[in-house]
Amino acid sequence: MISENKQNKMAMETTVISPAKLMWNRLKRNKLAMIGFIIIIIMSLAAIFAPYLTPYERDAVDLLNSNAKPNTEHLLGTDALGRDMLTRLLYGARISLTVGFVATGLRVVIGIILGGIAGYYGGKIDGLIMRIADVFACLPFLPIAITFVAIMGPSIYNMMFVLAILGWPGLARIVRAEILSLREREFMEAATALGISDFRKIVAHLLPNTMASVIVSATIGIAGAILTESALSFLGLGVAPPTPSWGNMLTDAQNQYVLKNRWWQWMPPGFAIFVTVMSLNLLGDGLRDALDPRLKQ
Amino acid sequence: MVEQIKEDMNLVVVKNLKKYFPIKGGFLKKTIGHVKAVEDISFTIRRGETLGIVGESGCGKSTTGRTILNLLNKTDGEVYYKGKEIFNLPKEELSRLRTEMQIIFQDPYSSLNPRLTVSQIVGEALVQHRLAKKGKDVNNKVSDIIERCGLAPYHIRRYPHEFSGGQRQRIGIARALALKPEFIVCDEPVSALDVSIQSQVINLLMDLQEEMELTYLFISHDLSVVKHISDRIGVMYLGSLVELSPKEELYNSPLHPYTKALLSAIPVPDPTLKKDRIILKGDIPSPSNPPSGCRFHTRCPYVMKKCKVEMPEFREVDTDHFIACHLI
Repeated sequence: MISENKQNKMAMETTVISPAKLMWNRLKRNKLAMIGFIIIIIMSLAAIFAPYLTPYERDAVDLLNSNAKPNTEHLLGTDALGRDMLTRLLYGARISLTVGFVATGLRVVIGIILGGIAGYYGGKIDGLIMRIADVFACLPFLPIAITFVAIMGPSIYNMMFVLAILGWPGLARIVRAEILSLREREFMEAATALGISDFRKIVAHLLPNTMASVIVSATIGIAGAILTESALSFLGLGVAPPTPSWGNMLTDAQNQYVLKNRWWQWMPPGFAIFVTVMSLNLLGDGLRDALDPRLKQ
Repeated sequence: MVEQIKEDMNLVVVKNLKKYFPIKGGFLKKTIGHVKAVEDISFTIRRGETLGIVGESGCGKSTTGRTILNLLNKTDGEVYYKGKEIFNLPKEELSRLRTEMQIIFQDPYSSLNPRLTVSQIVGEALVQHRLAKKGKDVNNKVSDIIERCGLAPYHIRRYPHEFSGGQRQRIGIARALALKPEFIVCDEPVSALDVSIQSQVINLLMDLQEEMELTYLFISHDLSVVKHISDRIGVMYLGSLVELSPKEELYNSPLHPYTKALLSAIPVPDPTLKKDRIILKGDIPSPSNPPSGCRFHTRCPYVMKKCKVEMPEFREVDTDHFIACHLI
């Protein structure tokens, strides 16, 4: 008893470490993940403050200056219509990142709700939801996305919707599997013995414990969504011009002449996609390591 | 009148309780059999006493404890708490019942949610049952309780991973005590702890019992621990109670052959002392396919013809001494 009290007094001097802070401390030590994290933050800030970072209008046409090489006025040159490439790249970041984040956010919400219900209630509800998930997971992505966009028209909202609707089964499965195993833990039995309501059991006990895998899956999912957005826009099925996105800026590279002689019209958006997706994947990997409780220091 | 007094003395009455778990198998997940975890057991727990339950692992001790708390559904039989049947209660009544009976778990690691602070773990139920307001009120009450359990008030802001096993078990005890229950099922509360911490936790449980007039159902496989804390002891074998008697009587004059074998297995801290151990042959049979007649007959050294056919009745052979055996 006495020695325990002593220990308590010693422990009092250190501060409380919440699980989130513990994770952050571990993540901070992973250099690659931190580089990824910083790049994502810079990208996001650049997208948010795009209007203040460039003197040009997004769609301002300047035919006299079309296809200009990078120079001091246009740091990344201009496109075939004389629009400033850097400006369009920054505004394109807005679209690409928004699609990535919102589509993944939507996917996570659907996945958590359906996966949570399936895992917690089990039985027939579980069977039904998981069979629906199987059906959605079976749908070939591109044909469905192309058909959907063809019917609804190309817009970023339709794109987010398609990405979320076709992407939720993976997340729902992760959440369901986590909840199935958490449900059997003794602290859930303790909650039942204490008479805690179902709602609180799910919201306060189960979901916070699934967050680790959801965050990892979502981070890597954002990268996937950005890539898909680019692919669809490249095919002319995503974001409609004149709104720029990294994907539809690449469309110019379909032209052999542009590909050979005007590198500034396609290299920057390609590089932006590459760096962003890479950063997100590095961050996702870092988070996975940081959240793994088995790697305790 | 006599009935009334009897009812007041007995806090919990268990009558012919059965708990089977279905075994699902085959393509269509049909029930192809049952694990008979608890098979027809009856006993009473008196107000203020500690009833110990001992037995090998897998004999249904924990299942019994959990079924009595209505954490598992019964298959058959009745459980009365303060004279009221606890199954099929309306929702509000069950919720009130939850504040009166609690459980302390074996594993202090999996029994605490790693994402909640001590204040949330212990105070959650107080808020749920509207016994305290969120915020300062809860924190004050939680501080009081954990102080009683041997922790310090400033611990309420911490997370479980910041505590040792013994401290975590104290948090588990504090959680069970938060609602000021009268009856607590202790499901092997010290088996996962160091021997030095075991005695601390047991003494804490005994002090709390005196202070708060608690009644315990103490489940354990450690005979010396049970001997220390219990008033009466029940011995379980393969889902059934084989013997139930006051502590001294059980340790001094065990009647059932299984109890005798179990007690002879207690190690004596004296290397020169030779002890006649009763070594049971064979393994414990599967509870999904228990032997006919007396469940112990496959390993009993005194087995008779009758034992293989007829299930012995669990009856009182002496005052307060129950036994299920054809020998006596």
